[in-house]
Amino acid sequence: MNRLSKIFFTLSAIILSIPAWAQQRFPKPEFETGYVQPATSQTSPRLLFLEYLDVFVLMAALAVATWFVVKKRSRRGVMWTSVFSLLYFGFYREGCICSIGAIQNITLAIFDPAYVLPLTALLFFLLPLVVSLFYGRTFCAGVCPLGAIQDLVAFRPIELPKWLQKVLGMIPYLYLGLAILYAATRSEFLICRYDPFVGFFRFDADFQMLLLGGLFLLVGIFVARPYCRFFCPYGVLLGWMSTFSKKHMQITPSNCIQCKLCANSCPFGAIEKPVEEEGNRRTNVQRLMTYLFFIPLWIGIGGLAGSALHVPLAKFNKTVYLAEQLVVHPEFKQDPDHLDARAFMQSGKSMDTLVEEAKAIRSQFYWGGWLLGGFMGLVVGLTLVKLASHRNRKDYEPDKTNCLSCGRCMDYCPVKN
Amino acid sequence: MNAKKEHKPVDRRKFIQNGMRLTLGASLVGVTGLASLKLSANDYVWQLDPFKCVYCGRCADYCVLTPSAVKCVHAYDLCGYCDLCGGYLKPDANALSTAAENQLCPTAAIKRKFVEDPYFEYEIEEDLCIGCAKCVEGCSSFGNGSLHLQVRHDLCVNCNECSIARVCPADAFERVPVSSPYKIKGDFQAENNNPDPA
Repeated sequence: MNRLSKIFFTLSAIILSIPAWAQQRFPKPEFETGYVQPATSQTSPRLLFLEYLDVFVLMAALAVATWFVVKKRSRRGVMWTSVFSLLYFGFYREGCICSIGAIQNITLAIFDPAYVLPLTALLFFLLPLVVSLFYGRTFCAGVCPLGAIQDLVAFRPIELPKWLQKVLGMIPYLYLGLAILYAATRSEFLICRYDPFVGFFRFDADFQMLLLGGLFLLVGIFVARPYCRFFCPYGVLLGWMSTFSKKHMQITPSNCIQCKLCANSCPFGAIEKPVEEEGNRRTNVQRLMTYLFFIPLWIGIGGLAGSALHVPLAKFNKTVYLAEQLVVHPEFKQDPDHLDARAFMQSGKSMDTLVEEAKAIRSQFYWGGWLLGGFMGLVVGLTLVKLASHRNRKDYEPDKTNCLSCGRCMDYCPVKN
Repeated sequence: MNAKKEHKPVDRRKFIQNGMRLTLGASLVGVTGLASLKLSANDYVWQLDPFKCVYCGRCADYCVLTPSAVKCVHAYDLCGYCDLCGGYLKPDANALSTAAENQLCPTAAIKRKFVEDPYFEYEIEEDLCIGCAKCVEGCSSFGNGSLHLQVRHDLCVNCNECSIARVCPADAFERVPVSSPYKIKGDFQAENNNPDPA
C-alpha cells in the first residue's frame, strides 16, 4: 500500500508537471482595472552600417599611412595617423574587431561548419595583408591601435643583442600556431583573451590583464613595441608579405652616405648594416647547404614534440577539461558547487558521450600538435639558414621582414632630395 | 644556392622575390576562398538562449564589463503576477513585502508594484541589475520562468569571443545575426513553433 501510494504520488507529480511545461504554472491573470502591461525593452545593437564604416576607416587609414610612408616620407604624418587610429580603433571602437584577432575568425570559418563569417571580419583580416604585399608593413606603422599605444611610450629604446632578438622573434610564430590550433579546435580565441591593451581601451579589465598591459607598456619604454616584435601573431603574416613586397619604405631618397644615423634611430633593430661576405665562398655555400639539409630533421623533431604535448595542450579545451575532471573525480558529479559538473548532469548527456567528445577533440590536438610542432621546426630551421647565409650589402637598408615602416629613419636621414 | 647562376645575383633575387610574391598572393586568395564559403554580409552579436541557461551566475563575473552587459529581462506575457514571487522573495522570507531582508535580488533591482488584488507587477531596473541570475533561478524553479537573462546590446561591446561564452557551463551563448539580436522568452518561443499559451 505504502509502495503503491509512492508510485501514485510520483506518477501524479509527473503528470501534473507536464502541463506546467506546456502551459504556465501560474497563468497570466485577466486584469479588471485596465492595467496595461509594459513592453519588454529591446535595445538595439550597433548599426550594421557603422560596422562597414569601420572597414572604410580601416581602408582610409591604410591608404593615408601608406602614402605618408612610401610617397610623402613623413614621420610626423605617420605618427598622427597612428594617433588617430589609436583613438578610433582603440578608444572609440574599444579594440574589437581588430585585424590581429581576425586570424581566428578566418580559422574558425574554415574549420567550424556552424560558424558564419561576417564580411567585415574577412576584410579586417585581408586588407592589411594585401597592402603589406605591395607596400610593406604600413599597417603596423599607422593603423594598428596596439602598435600605436606602444609606439607612443617608446621613450628610451635600447638595442637588444642580436641573438636575443632572434630567440624572442620566434615567439610570434609559436603564438600564431597556438592561436590557430585553439581556434581550429573550437576551444577558444587565445589572441583576444590575452590581448594586453584592450583593457586600457575599455578602461576596464581583470587585474591580471591590466597588470600584463602595464608591464608591456613599462617594458615598452626601453624595448620599443615589445608586443609587436615578440608576440604579435599577425605580425608574422605581415612580415611574410612585407619580405616580398613590391615596394617598401626607403631610408634615403637618393644615395646613402653611410652616416649610420638611421641605424641609431631605429628603435626596433630593423636596419641592416652594410656587410661584405666573410671567408671562403665555397665553405659558406656548403654550410648553407648543410643547414638546409637539416630542415626536415628540425620539422620531425618539432612534430614529435608537438604531438607529445597534445594532452596538456588539449587541457585548455572546456570539454576535455570537464571530461578529465569527471573521470578522475566522479564525486564531482554530485557536488552542487561544481557548476560545470552540475550543468553537465542537468543536460542529460551521458558520461560516455562526453568522453567520446573529449577523445575526438584530443585527437584533433594530436594532429594539430604535429602540424604546430612541424611548423615550429621549420621556423627554427629557416632562422638558422638565415643566420648562416650572407648577402652583400653596400648601404644601410631596412630589414623588410621586421621593419614596421614607422619612418623614424627617414626623419633622421640627412640626405634630402 | 645555385652556383651556375652566381654571375647574375640580382636577377635571381628578383625572380625569387616575384615568385614568392605571387605565391603569397595566391595563398591569400586561397585562404579567402576557403573562408568565403561561410561568408555573410550580415554582422553577428552574442546572445544567450534562455532555455539553455542554468542560472549559474557566471554572467555577473566573467563579462569584460563591470557590471556585466548581461541583464535580467522580464517577459511580462509569461508572468503570473504572483504575490508570492519566487524571483522577488527569498525562499525563507518573513513576509510578502518589499522589505530589504525579504528580497532575493542582491542589488534590489526588482521593483514590485501593486496592480490589483492579489496581483503584483515586477519590473527590472537595469541600472542596478548585475546579471547574477538569482531571480532567474527563483522564477524558473517556483514560477513561470518569465524572468530570464539577455545580453543587452546597448552595453555589450561585442568582443570577438565573448568571455562569458567561454565559461558558460551550458553552452547557452551563441552568435546571432544583428538583425534579430534577442532571444526574449515568448517571442523566441513562437519562433520555435511552440506558441505562447498566454
